[in-house]
Amino acid sequence: MTIDTGAGSRTAHPASSAEAARAPHTTAQSASSAGAARALDLLDGPVTDTTLRRYLEGIPGVDAVGLEQRAASLGTRSIKTSSKKLALDRVIELIDLTTLEGSDTPGKVRSLVAKAITPDPSDPSCPQVAAVCVYGDLVPVAIEALGAHHAPRAKAHGVTGISVAAVATAFPSGRASLAVKLADVADAVAAGADEIDMVIDRGAFLAGRYGEVFEQIVAVKEACRRKDGDDAHLKVILEVGELVTYDNVRRASWLAVLAGADFIKTSTGKVTSNATLPVTLLMLEVVRDWHRMTGEKVGVKPAGGIRTSKDAIKYLVTVAETAGEEWLQPHLFRFGASSLLNDVLLQRQKIRTGHYSGADYVTID
Amino acid sequence: MSRLAVPKTYKLYIGGKFPRSESGRSYEVLSKDGAFLANAAQASRKDARDAVVAARAAVKGWSGSTAYNRGQVLYRIAELLEGRRAQFIDELVHSEGLSAGTAEAAVDLAIDRWVWYAGWADKYAQVLGNGNPVAGPYFNLSVPEPTGVVAVIAPQTGEGHSLVGFVSAVAPALVAGNTVIVVASEAAPLSAISLSEVLATSDVPGGVVNVLTGSPKEIAPWLASHADVNALDLVGAGGLDWVQLQVDAAETLKRVLAPEDGPDAAAPSLERISAFTETKTVWHTKGLL
Repeated sequence: MTIDTGAGSRTAHPASSAEAARAPHTTAQSASSAGAARALDLLDGPVTDTTLRRYLEGIPGVDAVGLEQRAASLGTRSIKTSSKKLALDRVIELIDLTTLEGSDTPGKVRSLVAKAITPDPSDPSCPQVAAVCVYGDLVPVAIEALGAHHAPRAKAHGVTGISVAAVATAFPSGRASLAVKLADVADAVAAGADEIDMVIDRGAFLAGRYGEVFEQIVAVKEACRRKDGDDAHLKVILEVGELVTYDNVRRASWLAVLAGADFIKTSTGKVTSNATLPVTLLMLEVVRDWHRMTGEKVGVKPAGGIRTSKDAIKYLVTVAETAGEEWLQPHLFRFGASSLLNDVLLQRQKIRTGHYSGADYVTID
Repeated sequence: MSRLAVPKTYKLYIGGKFPRSESGRSYEVLSKDGAFLANAAQASRKDARDAVVAARAAVKGWSGSTAYNRGQVLYRIAELLEGRRAQFIDELVHSEGLSAGTAEAAVDLAIDRWVWYAGWADKYAQVLGNGNPVAGPYFNLSVPEPTGVVAVIAPQTGEGHSLVGFVSAVAPALVAGNTVIVVASEAAPLSAISLSEVLATSDVPGGVVNVLTGSPKEIAPWLASHADVNALDLVGAGGLDWVQLQVDAAETLKRVLAPEDGPDAAAPSLERISAFTETKTVWHTKGLL
């Protein structure tokens, strides 16, 4: 069964226009204009509310029933034990271990980092997570606690290490002026954050002010640049629970990709409706279509509400079947999760020891 | 015109719900003389795992309720059993082949045991606990606390075992605030399932008692080795390789009760309550008033 991918079919570009879309990367332009230039080609004109609306609202609606059926059918795959073992390790490698509470303390971040480095102290073969995700003010604490495991330092020793991701732009509501949001980002980047998780202005998006949302993403992307020429990776949180419809999710995904997002992320984890399999499938389709059009790879990060290994493996299947297996790498796919890690560890222990494990055998977070 | 028979489906009892086995399996329950009685769900290791999750989730609420309240809840089970005497007598007659009189006596005994253990709920701590003598200006108190999740292999043989044996094994574990996963009699599981219907409609919170039907031989090793099970009552495991079950249980430091046989199996005693408690000793300053 195939899903009408809407935007992909509508913008069936010849190879020449795909070249044009990539062109900004071959010319020495700033990141902001790169994002804008990506868009120019699709929009047939300058990036304004009008051209964006004409494009985004011209994308055909999502076949909700088909999407949910497809997601449900991907969730029924039978995974054999040997594959499951590999899948569980991969899930761990893709986790952004997250703590985003008002009550976060330096001590809590240090214990989170300790868990990120050594998820299962009883098993040295257990891989490390991809990143820790914290509020911007706790970035220095996380970096200090990571020490030689911090990705930029670890790279010198030839290992991947663990990145530090910071949420910024008035997370989780995004209700602040652009100046405040940019200051928030600049702060986190200056503190050494390797990845920035920004939220889009859902109010502006739902009111149809697409240009404003676009400009903000472009501006934040610019703020992610460091003086040494190294970029902090930008993850754009769509907050699908507040966008309500699949059509809106598809439009917001395209908007974020056009504006230059390195990752599109489902949710903040702060509203009742978070990442679901159909929504993630929809976003993966956008990413896949973008890749077919331009050759660029954008990552996807479902976050919030993924608590069991079983669910996580369904996501792996969906990624492999939609965007392709090459997406199952930390720079293209992440899980935003906190309690998921413990469940994965319990399943790993079950496979290793042959008997069921219990919550007493993993750390309390 | 003859009326179509409406046979009852006997299912598992996990987390306050009555699911079929995750495996989709069932087995035929036969009467003593070989006649078909019912199809019962044949629980798999994954049903056991789900039952442990449900039991673990229920520990906090059940052990946190007051001893008086637990006593009331257990007594209410006896009240409801009394109201459904006829059904339980009937099931004992059919599944175990008892005479009506013997079955009636067995149901009476089961009800009386609930009442007996219900009474202990707010009394056992006085007997097992202590105010310890100390040579200083503070109190030193020892109090029994529930162990947590208890897996029970219910008695598999004996007259009236499917009800009396079941009650005698389950009730004492509940008294202290433990939650229970019990593997019912394989040959005669009907009383256990009917009893779980009584539990579901009484005040016992979902997950406090979880009933699995099927092969104890298949399920017991998974429960014995499960790291989230805190104690193991092997009272009905005499026919299994129970030494190996004890070895498995030792891996995760479980409390274990050995198998018992004969008419006195799981006879009511304070020891059955204390077997699944931990003694906590605390000190506390004396008030200055």
